[in-house]
Amino acid sequence: MRFDKRRPARRAAAAVAAGTAAVLLAAACGDGRSGGGGDQEVVLEGVDDGTTLTMWTRAATQAQSQALVDAYNESHENQVELSVIPTDDYQTRVGTAAGNQELPDLFAIDVVLAPKFTTAGAYLDITDRIDSLEFADALAPSHIEVGTVDDRKYLVPHTLDLSVLFYNKDLYEQAGLDPEKPPTTLVEFAEHARAIAELGDDIHGTFFGGNCGGCYLFTWWPSIWAEGAEVMNSDGTESLLDSPEAQEVYSIWRGLVEDGAVAPGHAEEPGATWTGLFPEGNIGVMPMPSTMLGLMPEDLNMGVAPIPGPSGGESTFVGGDSIGISANSEHPNQAWDFLRWSLQEDTQIDILAAGGDVMARTDLADNEYYADNPNAVIMNDLVAIGRTPYSLNFGQTFNDPQGPWLPLVREAVYGDPNADLSALNDAITASLSS
Amino acid sequence: MRYSRKLTGAAYAAPVALFVLVFFVAPLLLVGRMSASDWPLLAGDLGVNLPDNYTAIGDNRLFWPAVGFTLKYTGIVVVILVGLSLGLAMLVSGTRKGTGFFRTAYFLPTTLGLASASLLFFGFYSPSIGPLDPILQGLGITDEPISWLGTPNMALFSTVVLIVWKFAGFFMIILLVGLQAIPPDVYEAARLDGAGRWQAFVHITLPLLRPALGLVLILSITGSLLAFDQFFILTKGGPDNSTVTVVQLIYREAFQRFDLGAAAAISVVVLLALLVLNIAQFRSLRRDQ
Repeated sequence: MRFDKRRPARRAAAAVAAGTAAVLLAAACGDGRSGGGGDQEVVLEGVDDGTTLTMWTRAATQAQSQALVDAYNESHENQVELSVIPTDDYQTRVGTAAGNQELPDLFAIDVVLAPKFTTAGAYLDITDRIDSLEFADALAPSHIEVGTVDDRKYLVPHTLDLSVLFYNKDLYEQAGLDPEKPPTTLVEFAEHARAIAELGDDIHGTFFGGNCGGCYLFTWWPSIWAEGAEVMNSDGTESLLDSPEAQEVYSIWRGLVEDGAVAPGHAEEPGATWTGLFPEGNIGVMPMPSTMLGLMPEDLNMGVAPIPGPSGGESTFVGGDSIGISANSEHPNQAWDFLRWSLQEDTQIDILAAGGDVMARTDLADNEYYADNPNAVIMNDLVAIGRTPYSLNFGQTFNDPQGPWLPLVREAVYGDPNADLSALNDAITASLSS
Repeated sequence: MRYSRKLTGAAYAAPVALFVLVFFVAPLLLVGRMSASDWPLLAGDLGVNLPDNYTAIGDNRLFWPAVGFTLKYTGIVVVILVGLSLGLAMLVSGTRKGTGFFRTAYFLPTTLGLASASLLFFGFYSPSIGPLDPILQGLGITDEPISWLGTPNMALFSTVVLIVWKFAGFFMIILLVGLQAIPPDVYEAARLDGAGRWQAFVHITLPLLRPALGLVLILSITGSLLAFDQFFILTKGGPDNSTVTVVQLIYREAFQRFDLGAAAAISVVVLLALLVLNIAQFRSLRRDQ
């Protein structure tokens, strides 16, 4: 009867096993966080009482967020714990967390995706707090507009990322172009790119992310706006991306592809590495995010210029991140303390302007750092005229690699030159209005 | 006595049973429930809408192309993987000097996560930062950079290369165990009867390797039908939606379109298809034995 002899040990083992099961069950059931900021009395100037705040941002704007958080933590009782999430996974992570009421106290969002989250109630209404700021009118207007639903404000601009032309002055000189005269029309841009491509070897005229919906819209839509046309109707339910102005823009780029003025790899570039080429010094002129300015090698002799339309004008896509307080945060006053501080004059100038970044306010361009950095001034001035398109279904229509925007623009650039884009445009409208 | 013994048994089984309950049965029921409901990611359960999520599958312009592509990919990967891993297993099954080194070398890629491996290959294939094109051009093999992921066929080919590199060693180990379980006397007897190498392979190795081969088949087919990471990282379904797999479609519905109901409905359909396939495979395997 070995069984009997070893019974006490078995009993113990069984108890341990059952105990493990209980722990597993408890862990699996988790703790559903509820409640949220609704119960805290609103303190317009914020509260700095040593609370630990959680905050999420995406990798694309990490440098700016990290600099802000570090400076805040150093000078305040409150401490912000920043989590940086890979850009491609960000929407997934935030969406899942919002569904489970597990959002951090503060979370930034790619401004074009904001309407999905503001209308779903993921953010706390901070209208009164924003309106109490004496510089409220100077906050990047297109960000504030996209973060507003039914006259209630949920978001403030956090890190601005504008599309601007970057051009390599050394290559301009080598190609016999004037390095102080960047293109003022898209046609001229194409001429410059072709001239630089003539230099041969490993030098290429331009580059773009040809398999990346987000890259296309960020860098090409400004040319459509500069030409005076729209990409969508005002409530973002109808696509106008087969307009003559839009087709003109596509065809100029198509010409560059056909003439071999674009660096190899454009057709399959999914958006992960498209900004990696220019800093190496082999690309003549290309539209890129303004946040790249601070990341340029010191010895690269380059300049920036607004993105023009085919026949002139200038515009930009005011992207980047807006930020708000999550609806389930238990520390909205402390969270607001960070947001309010991040928008103050000293913060904007000493952290963002000093780093060569675009500021979230339009009233501070006259500062000591920009005085030595004409490129940053050009970018900052664009904030006032730039655009941030609004649509509830923006992400699934334009950023999703399987969405309907990529087929249209790829057909226009790589497909049949005489293709009728209206059916593809209808597919975009269907997605926008679904 | 009997009763307490039963109780002890139940207590032993409890952790596993609970694990299965919490991490398999409960999610399964939840997916079933979701697939029958209007369930946006951000808003939560908005009530039953059966059968809308299921009828929407047929209207999804990406669904049938994704099914076709997934089957095509599975066919290619399984044939190459099974053939190659069998070849590798036979090469390293002997006791000659150096086989240990080759076994390790072939197996090493298995120890890497699929996502990491995909990122590694993404770097290799990149026209801007990858080393492949400079090497090929330096050796004079190609003149122009190759667009490794730029066309539908190249994207498929490049992904298959990654998967074969990553998994051939794993399946080799399974087949190697099977090969070494075949008693040497069987080959001895066959040789005495005058059988050649080829005859021995066809009439002894293959039949006796069937259980191991069956396992390799089931694992590689199921794994390929559920392909996601490699395409998500290397191609994102492109170019021009040519490499969208069924699981990518589920991901898209849930996390791009924020529609958990639609995603759950496709998941249920895939689950049923896999169930039928696996039952059929196990049956045929058992019959063979």
